[in-house]
Amino acid sequence: MASDELFVSGHRGCAGCGMATAVRMILQEAGPNTIVANATGCLEVMTTGYPETSWKVPWIHAAFENAGAVASGVDVALKKLGKRDGVNILAFAGDGGTFDIGFQALSGMLERGHNITYVVFDNEAYMNTGIQRCSSTPPYASTTTSPAGKVIPGKQGRKKPIANIVAAHDIAYTATATIAYHGDLKKKVRKALEVNREGKGPAFIHVFSPCPTGWRYPSEMTVELSRMAVETGIFVLWEQEGSDPRNRKISCPPKEKRKPVEEYFKLQGRFRHLLKMPDIIEQIQKEVDEKCENLMQ
Amino acid sequence: MGVKQVVKGNFATAVAAKLARVDVVPAYPITPSTLFPEQISQYVANGEMDAELLLTESEHSAMSAAIGASAAGARVATATASQGLKLMSEMLFIASGMRLPIVAAIGNRALSAPINIWADHSDTMAERDSGWLQFYAENNQASLDLMLMAFKIAEDHRVLLPAMVGLDAFVLTHTMEGVDVPLQEEVDEFLPPYEPVYTLDVNKPMTFGSFGTPAHYTEFKYAQWEAMERAREVIDEVFAQFEEKFGRKYEQVSEYRTDDADIIFITMGSVSGTARAAVDRLRERGIKAGVAKMVVFRPFPFERIREVASKAKVLAILDRAVSQGLSGPVFADISSALANVSDRPLLMDFIIGLGGRDITFKDFDDMAEKAQKALKDGKVEQEVNWVNLRTELLGGE
Ligand SMILES: Cc1ncc(C[n+]2csc(CCOP(=O)(O)OP(=O)(O)O)c2C)c(N)n1
Ligand SMILES: [Mg+2]
Repeated sequence: MASDELFVSGHRGCAGCGMATAVRMILQEAGPNTIVANATGCLEVMTTGYPETSWKVPWIHAAFENAGAVASGVDVALKKLGKRDGVNILAFAGDGGTFDIGFQALSGMLERGHNITYVVFDNEAYMNTGIQRCSSTPPYASTTTSPAGKVIPGKQGRKKPIANIVAAHDIAYTATATIAYHGDLKKKVRKALEVNREGKGPAFIHVFSPCPTGWRYPSEMTVELSRMAVETGIFVLWEQEGSDPRNRKISCPPKEKRKPVEEYFKLQGRFRHLLKMPDIIEQIQKEVDEKCENLMQ
Repeated sequence: MGVKQVVKGNFATAVAAKLARVDVVPAYPITPSTLFPEQISQYVANGEMDAELLLTESEHSAMSAAIGASAAGARVATATASQGLKLMSEMLFIASGMRLPIVAAIGNRALSAPINIWADHSDTMAERDSGWLQFYAENNQASLDLMLMAFKIAEDHRVLLPAMVGLDAFVLTHTMEGVDVPLQEEVDEFLPPYEPVYTLDVNKPMTFGSFGTPAHYTEFKYAQWEAMERAREVIDEVFAQFEEKFGRKYEQVSEYRTDDADIIFITMGSVSGTARAAVDRLRERGIKAGVAKMVVFRPFPFERIREVASKAKVLAILDRAVSQGLSGPVFADISSALANVSDRPLLMDFIIGLGGRDITFKDFDDMAEKAQKALKDGKVEQEVNWVNLRTELLGGE
C-alpha cells in the first residue's frame, strides 16, 4: 500500500496536520499523471527541505501569491508541447495564499479558463509564519496578530466566503470538503479532475484542514474537529456546477441535529476566551443557524 | 539574407520572439512595451506564430506563469517595463534561482513617483542583482539581434539563466528604423530548439523550487554565480556565431575613437549614437574624446572595462539611473571594476537623461568641459554630476 502513495511519509509536518492527510487523499485520487504547483506555506516548507521531498509526482513551488499563475504557465506549456493529454494539473495553496495574497492570481486563472483544479487547504491562519490572522480566520479566533486581549476578543471581521466568490466566477465546478468525510473529499476530487479532463475549465475545492498547532488542540483530535466543524454547521459541505447557487448540493445538518457551536469552540485554545463570553457564543450560534437555514432553502 | 523592413523597436523584439519559435508568451500591457504582446497576438491570431499567448491579470502573474511554463520545458518570452518590471521583481529572482532561461524585452522606462513613461534605465538597473543577464540595445536592429542571441546564451547548458534585453522607451520602442529581419531558415540554423535539462514530467517526477536551508542555500547561489561567470565566454561565442551567420558584429563593449582618447564616455543604449556624433564634434575642436558602449551589463564585463580604462585619462560615465545616496549604478560598478587597478583614470559620474529628458550635444560639451577641468587639475572635484539640471525649478535656499 505505502509504495503506491504519491505523497509519502517522512515530511516535517506537525503530528495531526489535517492538510497532510488531505494531500495524501487527494493524490491517491488524482494518481501519478499529476503535476502540482504549490504556493509557499506550511505544505511547501514541510515537504521539500532540499535534498529531500515527499512528492512522487512532479511538483513546483515558486512563491506565495501565485499558485494559480504558475499552474497556468504549466498548463499552456504542456499544451503547446503536446504533453497535456491525460495529465492533471493541481494548484495547492493555503488559505492565506488563496483568500488574501494569491486571490488575484487565482481569479485570473479562473477567468482564463485553465483546466486546472485549485485546492485551498484552509487552516484558518498564516500558519507557516506562526499563526497570524488572515481573511479566512474566523471571527474571534485568537492568533498572534489577533490576540484575545482585555479589550479586543480575538479576530475582528468576518471569514471571507471564498468558495462563493470562486463559484461566482462561473466556473464549472466548486466544492467544499474536509478530511473527516474522506469519501466525499475523494469523490469531489474525482469530479473536479473530470471537469478539467472534459475541457470545461477550472475546478476549485475548499478543503477545511484543522491545525493542532495553530488552533491549540491535542493532535489526535484533528479528524474529530474536522467532523465537528461540519456537525455544528460552522463549515458546510457543498458542491456546485456553474455559478447558479440553485445548482448547489448542500449537506448541512438540520437544526435539530446540529451540534452547538460551543462544543466545537471548547476543544480549541484559540477560542478558549469565548467560553467566558456567552453573548458572543450566542451571537455566533445565531449567525451559523441563519447561514445554514439560508443555504438549505 | 534577411528582409529589410522599417519597424519599431517593439516590433523588432516581437518578430525576434516569432523567429525564435517561442512556445509560450505570458504578458501584461504597459507603456512602452505593449506593442510586443499586441504584435504577438496578431501573429497568433493570423496563424503566423504557433505559440500559447497567456494574457495574465498582472506582471507578477506573467512572470509566475513564465516560470511554470519554462519549468515545463517551453521556450518562453515576455515583455514589460518600469512598474511592470517592479511588480515582477520578486519572480525575477526566482526565475534565475530556478535556472530558467526565460527571455524578456524591457522597454527601459523611468520609475514612479512621479509617474513618467519616458526613457531611462531605472527599471532594469534596479534589477541588476536579480540574477538575469542584461543586454542593452542601441537601435532596433540590436533589439532584434540581441533578443535572438539572448535565447541562445540563456539556454546554453553552461548558463541556464534568464536574460533581459533593454531598449529605450519611445526612442527605440516606438521609433521606426530600417531593420534587417532574418529569414526563418537562417534563425532555425542559428538557434536550435530549447533542450531543457529537467522538466515537470509525469514520467520522471521531480521537485522544483524546494526549501533550501543554510546547509545548501549558499551552494545554490554559488552555482548561479558560476553560471553567470561561464556566461561571459558563451556570450562571446554566440556573438561570434551570430556575426558569422548574419554579418553583424556585437561586442560586450564597443569602442569608438578610444585609442588615443583622453576622455572616454561610457554609454549604454540609444544614447550611444549621439555620443559618437558628439565625440566627432569634440575632436574637431581638438578634444580627444571617445566612446565605449556597454552592450552587456550582467555579467559585468570587467576585463573589457579595464581595457577601456587603460586607454583613458578620464572616464565620463553616463548613468540613466541613480542609486539615491550612492551614485549612478554604472559608475558604482565601474569603480568596483577598477578598485585594484593601480594606474586607473579619473572617474566621473554624469546622471543624465532621466525620465526621458533629451541628451544633447550641449550636454556632451558640458560633460567634456568638466572632464577636461578634472584632467587639468589632476583630480575630480565632484564625482556625481547631474547634467542639464534645471536649477530654476529647485527650491531656493
Ligand atoms: C510575498 C510574501 N509575503 C509573505 C511571505 C511570508 N509567508 C510565507 S508562508 C506565509 C503564510 C502562509 O499561510 P497560508 O497560505 O494560510 O498557508 P499555511 O502555512 O497556513 O498552510 C507567509 C505570510 C512570503 N513568503 N511571501
Ligand atoms: Mg493557513
